[in-house]
Amino acid sequence: MSDKVSALNSLISLQIKPGDFLPATEAEKKQQVVMRDSISFMRDALKRLSRNKLAMVCLCVILVIMLIAFVVPYFYPYTYQQQDVVSAYTRPFQYSAKEQTRIANGEKVFPHIMGTDALGRDYAIRVIYGTRISLLAGIVSAVIVIIIGIIYGSVSGYLGGKVDLIMMRVVDIIYSLPDVLIVILLSVAIQDMIRSSTNELIQRLGAGMVSIFIVFGLLYWVSMARQVRGQILSLKEQEYALASRAIGTSAARIIRTHMIPNCVSIIIIIAALQIPSAIFTESFLSFLGLGVSIPMPSLGSLASEARTGLQSYPYLLLFPAISIFSIVLSFNLLGNGLRDAFDPKLRS
Amino acid sequence: MSYKFGLYILKRFGMAFLTIFIVIFMTFFIMHAIPASPFSSEKARTDATIAALEAKYGFDKPLPVQFVNYLRGVFVFDFGLSTAWVGYTVFDLIKGGLSYSMRIGFSAAFIAIVFGVLLGALAAINRDRWVDKIIQLITTALVSLPSFVVATLFLLIFGLWLRWLPTISTNPGGLVMPVAALALYPMAYITRLERSSMLDVLGQDFIRTAHAKGLSKFKVLFKHALKCAVSPVITYAGPMMAYILTGSMVVENIFSVPGLGRLFVNSMLRTDYMMIMGVTIFLTLMIVVMNFLSDVLYKIMDPRIDLE
Repeated sequence: MSDKVSALNSLISLQIKPGDFLPATEAEKKQQVVMRDSISFMRDALKRLSRNKLAMVCLCVILVIMLIAFVVPYFYPYTYQQQDVVSAYTRPFQYSAKEQTRIANGEKVFPHIMGTDALGRDYAIRVIYGTRISLLAGIVSAVIVIIIGIIYGSVSGYLGGKVDLIMMRVVDIIYSLPDVLIVILLSVAIQDMIRSSTNELIQRLGAGMVSIFIVFGLLYWVSMARQVRGQILSLKEQEYALASRAIGTSAARIIRTHMIPNCVSIIIIIAALQIPSAIFTESFLSFLGLGVSIPMPSLGSLASEARTGLQSYPYLLLFPAISIFSIVLSFNLLGNGLRDAFDPKLRS
Repeated sequence: MSYKFGLYILKRFGMAFLTIFIVIFMTFFIMHAIPASPFSSEKARTDATIAALEAKYGFDKPLPVQFVNYLRGVFVFDFGLSTAWVGYTVFDLIKGGLSYSMRIGFSAAFIAIVFGVLLGALAAINRDRWVDKIIQLITTALVSLPSFVVATLFLLIFGLWLRWLPTISTNPGGLVMPVAALALYPMAYITRLERSSMLDVLGQDFIRTAHAKGLSKFKVLFKHALKCAVSPVITYAGPMMAYILTGSMVVENIFSVPGLGRLFVNSMLRTDYMMIMGVTIFLTLMIVVMNFLSDVLYKIMDPRIDLE
């Protein structure tokens, strides 16, 4: 009884008994050490991404397709414009009469993996080049969107006030423009101007590609700018930004070193989801005949050409269709995976 | 309703008006930045003929005057004369194509909304069960297929291989395939939208209350949950309109529907600048009006949304 009372008394009076305190044993000390290494946000997110099997499969598919699209043309025996009208409409893995005589003469003829088209061009290399164009459209658009969107959004968000108001009104207006119509309009106009251009790269890519890039630069960055601005609006109120300002860091440096690294998740997510939409736009325009200029193939123009003789030669449609489907599907699923990994709050 | 709501409508209206004006401005000056005259590419004509033609179409006046004249015309749907289809005004041609495009477009939108909402709700109710998984698998695949691939595959499978449907739109049943090809992408999109919104609603307190007070499961789902979950779909109406209008350019070409989309593509091929301008502005008008309506409707349906 008295034990309890004294214990109660010591509790109430908060008297400290030195005998209660002992030096910690080694085992106890060890327990206090933080077990986990500190992990940067990026590594944490990448770890989460690598646990997402579907996203990893898609990443592998994209890498394989990229590898094929950018490497195979260098040692493939046919080129995308090499015509051989006698061998037109050869089915996959078959040889035309002319090639059969060549084989009979002891020559080695590389098989047409996907057959040949109406002009006897090897279809596999054309599909590979078309895939290359699609990937190019997607990646270039992502780069454009990242650069313009980040600069615009961070300036608008960091400066705030009237500047922000005006800059965001501009974004609102651009956001409401019908983008595909503007792309079409510009490519019609640019097509005419480019015909006289002597720049070889522009000539090879065609008016459509150039105008697509211009339109991405003009229109597509707005959602990126909006998100980056929103992020920076809240980030600039944080104490570390204040501290940085207090020691006299310039605005540009604060944005570069403190703001943008904190926006990285939103930047990655939006850029990844931008790629499939750019690929859609490019193939759509090429299908209408406004994309790359002949003879450069694009998945859209290949599908469009496949419509003549569709019943007899359906493989001319199926190969580009499968290619575009697998690219866009992989990018979509990878984008979802990135969203889950980098922004767990957004997980649907 | 309230003063604030009126102000919101006014602001949105001003924005819509500005958008249309900017598109008219851009369209006009982009088209006039092209060095070639619409008459120079055709058969050899004397300078006098070209001058006479330019005078007829008003191309000889200074550019700002042309712009003001054009702007004045647009307000009464007068987009000028077509240069490729001689003797027709641009608006005549638009009107001719519009009836086909409207029929296809609205049927596609209707199918997309009805099936999208139903499938989305079905997926949400059966969350993580095989029904949900199958629906998610199919919609993910569908949003990865461009409209031209869907349309050409339809043509190949149902038109040429199975021979279930006519490949030319003017035959009976000929509009089934174009409508289906146009509807699939927005349907898949709406399904995903509706699924996540329905999941959101199903987790809320008033649904538990509705269950608790003994309402039948059917009534809870369809009367209470679905009503709330459907409002995000309304915000998609504007983008869907844009998708259907641009998608119809491809689909109408593939199935030879004499609609607005095919007209637009043909005027591009024939470099009829008056038509390109007219149709672009007309399509923009439709998209902007749809965006405006869907924003206002969304606000009416869900008054909790902050008006800012």
